[in-house]
Amino acid sequence: MIELSNVSKTYGSGKNAVFALKEVNLTIPKGTIHGVIGLSGAGKSTLIRCVNLLERPTSGSVTVDGQEMTLLKRSELNQARHRIGMIFQHFNLLTTRTVFDNVALPLELMGQKRGAIKERVLPLLEMVGLADKAQQYPAQLSGGQKQRVAIARALASKPNVLLCDEATSALDPQTTGSILELLRSINQQLGITILLITHEMEVVKSICHRVSLISDGKLVEDAEVGDFFTAPITQLGREFLNDFLQLSPPKELIERLSDAPGEHTHPVVRLTFSGDAVSTPLISRLARECSVDVSILQAKVESIQDRTLGLMIAELLGTPAQTQEAMAYLEAHQLQVEVLGHVQRNV
Amino acid sequence: MSSAMFNLILQATLDTLYMVAISGVISTLIGLPLGVMLYATRPRQILAMPVLNQVLGIITNIGRSIPFIILMVAIIPFTRMLVGTSIGINAASVPLTIAAIPFVARLIEGALNEISPGLIESAQSMGATPWQIICKVLIPEARGGIITGLTITLVTLVSYSAMAGAVGGGGLGDLGIRYGYNRFNPTIMLITVIILVVMVQGFQSLGDYLVRKSDRK
Repeated sequence: MIELSNVSKTYGSGKNAVFALKEVNLTIPKGTIHGVIGLSGAGKSTLIRCVNLLERPTSGSVTVDGQEMTLLKRSELNQARHRIGMIFQHFNLLTTRTVFDNVALPLELMGQKRGAIKERVLPLLEMVGLADKAQQYPAQLSGGQKQRVAIARALASKPNVLLCDEATSALDPQTTGSILELLRSINQQLGITILLITHEMEVVKSICHRVSLISDGKLVEDAEVGDFFTAPITQLGREFLNDFLQLSPPKELIERLSDAPGEHTHPVVRLTFSGDAVSTPLISRLARECSVDVSILQAKVESIQDRTLGLMIAELLGTPAQTQEAMAYLEAHQLQVEVLGHVQRNV
Repeated sequence: MSSAMFNLILQATLDTLYMVAISGVISTLIGLPLGVMLYATRPRQILAMPVLNQVLGIITNIGRSIPFIILMVAIIPFTRMLVGTSIGINAASVPLTIAAIPFVARLIEGALNEISPGLIESAQSMGATPWQIICKVLIPEARGGIITGLTITLVTLVSYSAMAGAVGGGGLGDLGIRYGYNRFNPTIMLITVIILVVMVQGFQSLGDYLVRKSDRK
């Protein structure tokens, strides 16, 4: 359980003050995976570092497992950090230690005995699939293997919370998938609460339960992943989604689009289907019931966890009254209709 | 070459090694912690103490900026107080050590600079204390750079120790000046130089070997 309330972080003071976080409120229930997504410089890094106080918030409160972190003394904070694992974009393994000794480090820091350390490290290496690499050095490992070592190391002190700082951003898509799979199984088997920050929608889509969108130091959206991917509320959320779906009208069409309808123009619309609408033959019904023709420019169906999401960019061909009616018809059937512009028909 | 001459050269070589060893060991024992302090007390570092950092930096720079030959004569009273005399190899070891301490400190600081800040951050996230970070992360991770720095120090000490010979410090420099230069004996001068070259090569090769052995990258 992680709770941030009214967390703000300012660097510098007076005229030079830079606001990295503004009044952030976030609650992450025990055992869930929460993603924070945002562009670089939005404050993601600062946010995740405020949880284990690598960055101390300027104001606000940070509670992890019921413990108010900002009030802890130095030694108490170190104790609390043993229960919060963290992994990083660049792995941060010690190059001069073997895989085994890297995983042993947090246990050494806690003052555990050699025997106890061995008993803890070997099963962890087993779990991340690197038992055979125990005596190798990080330089001999691939990026994905390094991150696995880092995960084993972060779990060594039996934390309740795992913080992932762009943990897959330095990895190729395939390796990203296997690391996410590992994080998911850790979440399920050990019940560890995971907070991850990322700029990749793919990461959010594959393992997060909930997602927050951060922009300019503020959380501007906080939603179930299924909702975020079907109906983002903010413009930024829509941009992230469109980038992810890679669905935007062809360039030559964009150039021909005008904002206002003219005498011989047709609307170009982006339709988003979710829920039952995906499996209903709406387009053919639309053609019959509103007597418009639909010219499909682009279409895509994505499955986001247990939801299905359909997207389509289409031109509606008919008189203004007919196309108006068609859009109303679609909206009445729980589709989101967004008019991208109007295009002159080449006849 | 007479056996007397041979003994003279052997003694001078041992004297040089003695001075380099004494000053090398003591300056490392003091310079290593000083270098770590120079690094760790910087603003936003693990033991951030900006004022102390400034003071240590200024002291180190003063030590680094005094030419060795001047330092040697300037601290004669201190040397006399410490070892009871201002000539001989024990006396020469005092200014050698004093000169090498800030040198070592800056080289150690430089070696620590090479460590990725991410490593420190991840140790902090594991609840490591500053002392644990120094012992378990900083020094082990910088060991290649530290060995390189100590090798440079030893090589520098060999040449400084020869300079100490000029003011009666003993060792190969002393031999070269007194027999090679003052008594016009080019053979002695040549042998002295050759031994110094071999010594420096030896230290450098040993240092390179240790760096290679410690390198895991």
